[in-house]
Amino acid sequence: MSISAAPEPSVSLRRRIKRFMSDQPLVPLLILLALLVIVLQILRPGIVNERWIANTIKFAIPLALLAGCQTMTMLTGGIDLSVGTVATMSAFIMSTQVIDHSPAVAILICMIPAVLIGVANGIGVGIFRVHPLIMTLGTSLIGIGCLQVYQRTVIATGTKVPDFLGWLGTGLSYGIPNALLLFVPAAGLIIFTLSRTGFGRLLYAVGDNEKAARLSGVVYWKVITTLYVISSLLAGIVGLLYVGLIKAPSLSLVEPLVLPSVAAAVIGGTSIFGGRGGYTGTILGALILTVLTTLLTVLQMPEGARRMLFGLIILLVTAAYLRIVEDR
Amino acid sequence: MTAFFRGKGWVTGLFIMLALLLVFTRVIQPNYGANDFGSLVRAVLPFAFAVAAQTVVVIAGGIDLSVASMMALTSVIAAAMMDGATEEFALLVVPFVLLVGLSLGALNGILIVVTRVPDIVVTLAMLFVLQGAALLVLDAPGGSAAEWLKELVVGTASVPGVPEAVTDWIPKGLLLLLVCLGIVWIPLRRSWLGLSIYAIGSNQLAAFRSGVPVARTRIIAYAIGGLFGAMGGLTLTMSTGIGAPIPGPYLLASVASVVLGGVVLGGGRGGLIGPIVAVFILRLVRTDLTLLAIDPNVAAIVEGTIMVVVVMLGAFLAMRGRTQ
Repeated sequence: MSISAAPEPSVSLRRRIKRFMSDQPLVPLLILLALLVIVLQILRPGIVNERWIANTIKFAIPLALLAGCQTMTMLTGGIDLSVGTVATMSAFIMSTQVIDHSPAVAILICMIPAVLIGVANGIGVGIFRVHPLIMTLGTSLIGIGCLQVYQRTVIATGTKVPDFLGWLGTGLSYGIPNALLLFVPAAGLIIFTLSRTGFGRLLYAVGDNEKAARLSGVVYWKVITTLYVISSLLAGIVGLLYVGLIKAPSLSLVEPLVLPSVAAAVIGGTSIFGGRGGYTGTILGALILTVLTTLLTVLQMPEGARRMLFGLIILLVTAAYLRIVEDR
Repeated sequence: MTAFFRGKGWVTGLFIMLALLLVFTRVIQPNYGANDFGSLVRAVLPFAFAVAAQTVVVIAGGIDLSVASMMALTSVIAAAMMDGATEEFALLVVPFVLLVGLSLGALNGILIVVTRVPDIVVTLAMLFVLQGAALLVLDAPGGSAAEWLKELVVGTASVPGVPEAVTDWIPKGLLLLLVCLGIVWIPLRRSWLGLSIYAIGSNQLAAFRSGVPVARTRIIAYAIGGLFGAMGGLTLTMSTGIGAPIPGPYLLASVASVVLGGVVLGGGRGGLIGPIVAVFILRLVRTDLTLLAIDPNVAAIVEGTIMVVVVMLGAFLAMRGRTQ
């Protein structure tokens, strides 16, 4: 046994590391995250402290939740590009409605467009079989239009962010961000749903082999419609959290997070073709992107160079990750 | 005959729709004339090139999210190079910018082939890279364009022997569009290379087994997409006289027109004429909504709804076609 196991120790070690990494796809992500933090600490000694960590987590949470929408839809081979619009709509509508209504009513009202867009996405993708990329881009275009018309009607009302959302978005309790109160249960629920429930298995099944899933009795359109409604609702909640964090509702509030949310899910190892991935990796992906943004800000590069680096790093990380996980 | 309509039915339908829309425009605005048509064409130009870029890539089975950034980058490069330069210098700028587009498009393809990362992610990353590069070239709208370039898209073409009433309806921009697209597309479509592009989009494995160099063809498809993107960027500079580093709304419009134009997402089917007609239809709808004095925001909703409904209908018909 000992003779055949290690004919050449160095090669075997490399292969063993590779095997280990591909069995534990989260390890390389953790290493990358640690590396980024170390680089940041070297560039700006002392920046990594309790407050910085709390801040990073605070900004990573909305991204991670939005990336949760992408993870779930990507598992079925889809993508949800309307999350930015949905989140912006819910944030804007809530902050204008809260002036006339109590916060609870305002939040209920602002979830209506989220559900509508989710249903529209689900019907388009599930029944009419429109490509999810197109469908969600289209509904987000419609949503933005509606929001602009809506803004016209409430232009005199002004906006307000309820205190408890501010508390949830920016507050710290004992140095720990309050947003974790929302994030931990939500993330737990997503992970539990994906790995332990029938619905989660359906998502993987549909994404892995739609035909096989159909033949085994999965009702495709029901799964997809439910999925897109859940995704939209989650995006609506993110909008509320994000407006609590930013405190200035605008018509393009969450839009800048959309493409990074796709990137976070992809970096986290969710296959864009469906059937493979999970939410834990996505959370790490969101953290990596947030730290990366800080790093690029600290380097004080011009905006253009920052965007270029951001793009290059997404590409590099995804390529390296694919190589590690897929080469067996 | 039936085969002809099954094959060309979609494009024929689009032409009929465009004609109906033009008639409708004439009805709601009796003064709608050659001048307005000229400005419609000018507005369509950058969209049309974005659509052309997207079409080639989609036929090859990919998708290019970086097309709007590509146009922004090439536009600012052109505007920055022509700023303060002589008119003759612009003769060098145009081929240079086209070359930049071609090589950046090829870079897209090479990255997809070499890294094996999904095309959506690669072109998403390139979206950021190109956008950043555009901001590095010009951090605010600026630069200028040579006069002769600007004149290429202004006014109408005069063809000897054709009465003016007819040439009035042929804006120079339309000719420019047709010539630029035709020079690239017609030889391509008739060549072995064009066939290979359709082949890898339709069935990559089958194409590979029939001896099509899949990787090389994919790179070339993206390169041609980049070339069209650069043409789009140049038309942006031509029609505005400056370059703006922030990408316009061309990504969504290009994908929508490609689908509306009968090109199947996933590749292998469709042509260039359909998407180009589709982009005219979408712009004309916008014009009509403006003429009807509809709030531009409501117009955005209508536009989005039309897009979604048409795409849904197309997908539904495609599904019916498959099951039959």
